[in-house]
Amino acid sequence: MKHDFNELRLDRVTRRFAGAGGHAFNALNDLTLTVRRGEFIALLGPSGCGKSTALNCIAGLMPLSSGTIRLDDTRIDTLPPERRGFGMVFQNYALFPHMSVGKNIGFGLRMRGMAQSDAAPRVAHALRLVQLTGQEHKLPGQLSGGQQQRVAIARAIVIEPPLILMDEPLSNLDAKLRLETRSEIRRIHRELGRATIYVTHDQDEALSLADRIVVMKDGVVQQIGTPEEVYAQPANIHVARFMGYRNVIELAVTGERDGHVTLEASDMKLTGVRKLPLDGKRAAVAIRPEEITIATEPAATNVIGGRVDNVEYGGRDSLVEVVTATGTRLHVRAGGKVSTGANVFVHVPPERVLVYPSEMQ
Amino acid sequence: MLSAQARTPGFDRALLLVVPAALFMLLLFIYPFVYGLVLSFEPKEGGWLANYHKFFTTGNLWPTIGTTLKLALPATLINVFVALPIAYKMRVKSRWQRWMTTLLVVPITLGTVLIAEGMLTYFGPRGWLAQFLQLTHLYGGAIRLTHNYWGVLISLVISGFPFAFLLILSYITGIDPVLARAASTLGADPKAQFRHIYLPLLGPGLAMCFCLAFVQAFSVFPSAVLLGAPAGPTRVISIAAYEAAFEQYDYSLASAIAMIMGAVQLVIVAFVLSLRGWFYKGPVTGGKG
Repeated sequence: MKHDFNELRLDRVTRRFAGAGGHAFNALNDLTLTVRRGEFIALLGPSGCGKSTALNCIAGLMPLSSGTIRLDDTRIDTLPPERRGFGMVFQNYALFPHMSVGKNIGFGLRMRGMAQSDAAPRVAHALRLVQLTGQEHKLPGQLSGGQQQRVAIARAIVIEPPLILMDEPLSNLDAKLRLETRSEIRRIHRELGRATIYVTHDQDEALSLADRIVVMKDGVVQQIGTPEEVYAQPANIHVARFMGYRNVIELAVTGERDGHVTLEASDMKLTGVRKLPLDGKRAAVAIRPEEITIATEPAATNVIGGRVDNVEYGGRDSLVEVVTATGTRLHVRAGGKVSTGANVFVHVPPERVLVYPSEMQ
Repeated sequence: MLSAQARTPGFDRALLLVVPAALFMLLLFIYPFVYGLVLSFEPKEGGWLANYHKFFTTGNLWPTIGTTLKLALPATLINVFVALPIAYKMRVKSRWQRWMTTLLVVPITLGTVLIAEGMLTYFGPRGWLAQFLQLTHLYGGAIRLTHNYWGVLISLVISGFPFAFLLILSYITGIDPVLARAASTLGADPKAQFRHIYLPLLGPGLAMCFCLAFVQAFSVFPSAVLLGAPAGPTRVISIAAYEAAFEQYDYSLASAIAMIMGAVQLVIVAFVLSLRGWFYKGPVTGGKG
């Protein structure tokens, strides 16, 4: 077990499961990724995309079907979890119910044969780090969910692992606690500077925590990039949809010049930016609700007329659904007051319209 | 009407469902017990403690406690502590689990008498085991596994093991496997996972399983008669009670023996259950499910 490393290299890591009727399917397909020292990586994707499988493979809780994992020059994918020495935080905390908070946190040190007198200050330090000083004699069952998850984090970091793995650690917490614990995870990561791989299905969590995001779908990596890249330049329509581009519309391509594409349907005419080479006469455009503005009159280009069908009030702004003449539904975030049933025009700047190959082809 | 009643914390009519069971207990357990207890203090001759005095001074009565304990305690220990590792190995769902469970559970469906019958044929001096060992020249000596202590012990293991196994298996599978996984990421190898996670969480369950298995083994009767030497080494306490009741027609003495039998069981059970205090007794999951 090393204390720190330069690179964790995952090379074509694949995990196959026997599916229904004896058909094997790849829960994780050729994941190739290099994690650098101190880096915070988020594995992001919908449930069933293989992100937890990837984490379990790295932790050693699940054998690989093929591929290798190397920590610098040491191959580790054949080692059992107890010899990899990575700290792991589980979705349902997985605290040992029969041990006090202090014993839980000290468990990893005890397994390493550390004397009680050496372990105690480190446990105390970990407790301070997660702001639970004074709770060490309680049983996990006496703590709230948020506190339990913080104990789980303390238990994982007290062994000073080279790599910390977190499997949707916030998904069992309520909204307020989730935000608090999120900041806490960020703070702890800054303080310890340990590489972290964080699994989540929540793009906000991934964007706010990670240095780099790995977006996955159906066991396949769709994009690896910084939060800015993934947010503003989704590599494909799946990533776009997952990163909050709620409006995905199939249109006919009418022209293409210098990376700008014009597209058309009977009730709208749009100009957008081509993100991938287009093949064929149709394409899909992706637009975020917050990039669309509601206009009162048809001024410039990229204007679509429609009727307000639904308004969800959200405080600072409202989520408005606008339906066009042919029934295409557009999701719009609007600041002003919009009433249901009103006829409106919506406008979106051409550089905010991302054009991808059609999914139908 | 009903909802109003449900809201007030008064008498819940659903509790009436307990009545048949309570009556049943009263009629079939408490009444006979009290009857027996009173009867044991009304000996054929002598003072009210004469039966107990007789039991503890008669040469073929009081040693039956030791004889029974000598059978029941090892049998229970074997059952519980052999079932534990097997159940631990089988905690993970596998192709073999169902077959193994079925195989191990079959004896529970057989009566003691059937097991005794089978054992007489199999383990007897001219049984299959003896013939097989002689045929293969593995062991030429006499095989004495029936009509003695060993016969009864083996039969107690055969009939008691599935019970202990099923009970422990259900305790083990109730422990969230993610706890062991968490322990492994913290550096606990499988042995340490068992010692630090499974064993402490199983403690109360093991104590309970020990008690149930012990009570079952302590009241051994058919196999002690059929497979043992009921006049000598396997003259267990239930045989003494049977003889008093149905050979000497001294129901009063038989009741006293039954009471002593119950008291011995109670002492052992109370002792084992008191050990549970050392263990954690809460839910065995590691957080929200």
